[in-house]
Amino acid sequence: MAGFRTIEHTADIGIEAWGAALDEVYEAAALGMTYLMADAERIEPRVSRDISVSAGDLEELMFAWLNELLFIIDADGLLLCEFEVTVEDTSLEAVVRGEPIDPGKHGLKIDIKAATYHDLTVERDDTGEQEGWTARIIFDV
Amino acid sequence: MAELKRVSAYKWELPIEFKRGMRVPGTIFADDKLVEQAFGDRALEQVANVAFLPGIVYRSMAMPDIHWGYGFPIGGVAAFEPGGVVSPGGVGFDISCGVRLVKTNLEEKDVRPRLRELVGELAANVPKGLGTRGQISTPESLLKKVFTGGARQVIHMGYGRDDDLEHIEGGGVYPGADPERVSERAFLRGKDQLGTVGSGNHFVEVQVVEKVFLPDVAAVFGVSEGQVTVMIHSGSRGVGHQIATDYLQVMDRVVHRSGIVLPDRQLACAPLDSAEASDYLAAMACACNYAVSNRQALMHWVRHSFERHFSSAERRLGMDLLFDLSHNVARMETHQVEGKQMRLCVHRKGATASFPAGHADVPPVYRDVGQPVLIPGDMGTHSYVLVGTETAMSESFGSTCHGAGRTMSRSKARKTIRGDELMNRLESQGIIVDAGKISQLAEEAPEAYKDVSRVVDVCEGAGLSRKVAMMRPIAVLKG
Repeated sequence: MAGFRTIEHTADIGIEAWGAALDEVYEAAALGMTYLMADAERIEPRVSRDISVSAGDLEELMFAWLNELLFIIDADGLLLCEFEVTVEDTSLEAVVRGEPIDPGKHGLKIDIKAATYHDLTVERDDTGEQEGWTARIIFDV
Repeated sequence: MAELKRVSAYKWELPIEFKRGMRVPGTIFADDKLVEQAFGDRALEQVANVAFLPGIVYRSMAMPDIHWGYGFPIGGVAAFEPGGVVSPGGVGFDISCGVRLVKTNLEEKDVRPRLRELVGELAANVPKGLGTRGQISTPESLLKKVFTGGARQVIHMGYGRDDDLEHIEGGGVYPGADPERVSERAFLRGKDQLGTVGSGNHFVEVQVVEKVFLPDVAAVFGVSEGQVTVMIHSGSRGVGHQIATDYLQVMDRVVHRSGIVLPDRQLACAPLDSAEASDYLAAMACACNYAVSNRQALMHWVRHSFERHFSSAERRLGMDLLFDLSHNVARMETHQVEGKQMRLCVHRKGATASFPAGHADVPPVYRDVGQPVLIPGDMGTHSYVLVGTETAMSESFGSTCHGAGRTMSRSKARKTIRGDELMNRLESQGIIVDAGKISQLAEEAPEAYKDVSRVVDVCEGAGLSRKVAMMRPIAVLKG
């Protein structure tokens, strides 16, 4: 079971994401970020992009992954709604899908500047019924 | 709060013992209420964390608008000696976010009658909001010139006047820029964003000068009671965000290799004499030049809008630039520290330079009185023009506040304040609002921020800057 929730913060905003597998946590974090930016249900998966990210550890990987998505959103003017991630060690490959930003259709919310390293965690979680992973990310908005 | 010591009416010290690892104490400029807020949102801990950084000189400082950021607090000032570090988190993701104020020779009675139409004209000409493209496309070769030439380049392209440069921090060109240090991703993000406001707390605002505090200084600045002004608050857009992201990763690896232990990963840094530091500063300079170019282009569209609305040339409307400055930047500056002249890398993240009369970095046109400091208010509240002081040089590395910090999270603001009610309230105060997303307007409500007037008064009380004029908004355009 994968999911996410927003975290309250004075000046910025954050996400807690979880999943049974590591792949799912990265997908959930990306979806959570999308939910912060727009009405994710209204985004259609009409175009796709392939992404490849490498890092030194899982936290840096999350930082690089989410910021790479923000780069695509900003440079290509897309909003993304589907994420298929495969994590290998501290790298990932992904196929992401979305469509050009349409303010009238997508119910735009917050413009996220970047995912930060602050309080960034990606760790195993044995507290629930199943073993899984959780992540926490604070965004600069 | 037993550990925090009050030094004077508006100055507090965070002793080195507050957190083990602090190399210098912290200094917080605040009154009782502001210091309580800072304590509540853990911003003080961030002031302490910054003091861990190698080579930090004298104090880790916090301005009265201090609030919790990530790594460095917002409203933080920290200076490092040549043997110390540079830290991209001490500049922020929105590198060189800043403010400019444009004057007019108009009064409220000149703009009130057709104000909605003027706002409509501004909304049509000034791109704002998520995903919006600018009107000036800058392919790579041109973007390189913007990265090195700053406002001068943009004026050369036809967006503004030559004399605008005399009224911009640093003459409108940030030195040491090297586009080779900027990633392809930053170029791709920058190519369609020149002359865009962005969103969040960025805005274009039509204002009226409500009060003048220092008539002599105001006269030199060309500001008078009843005058209509236009304030622009924006930064380096995707270029800055990308450069900050790129170099945070680079610095994170430097820290990892070096074995420096940091209390917060977002404080990633590199020694000033390292290649990584030089590269970052050269890229940061490009973002600074992009930001000032952005505001220069935005001003051009503002002038253009007024020209169309009033059927009169902007010069005839007196639309001179008062000043442009940034409040997220690192600069090499010379300061006197405990009797010694030192060359320091001063980081200001959500803090503004506040140089006094006679200082070499104050543009010649203002050198007799001191540097203008522009403080944007929150939506619907006052903005200010201040002037720099000699006391700031000895107290805060020549720094003062940048605006009002947040006190309420965005989600709490959305839950407790209604966007449409806020809009009605503002309109009943005679303020026309053009905001992209009413649903998100609540997040920018003045209640979600510290009282900017209080912040400005504390800065004055602490001697960091002096109030010159106060403006109230009559129209706000937000993304």
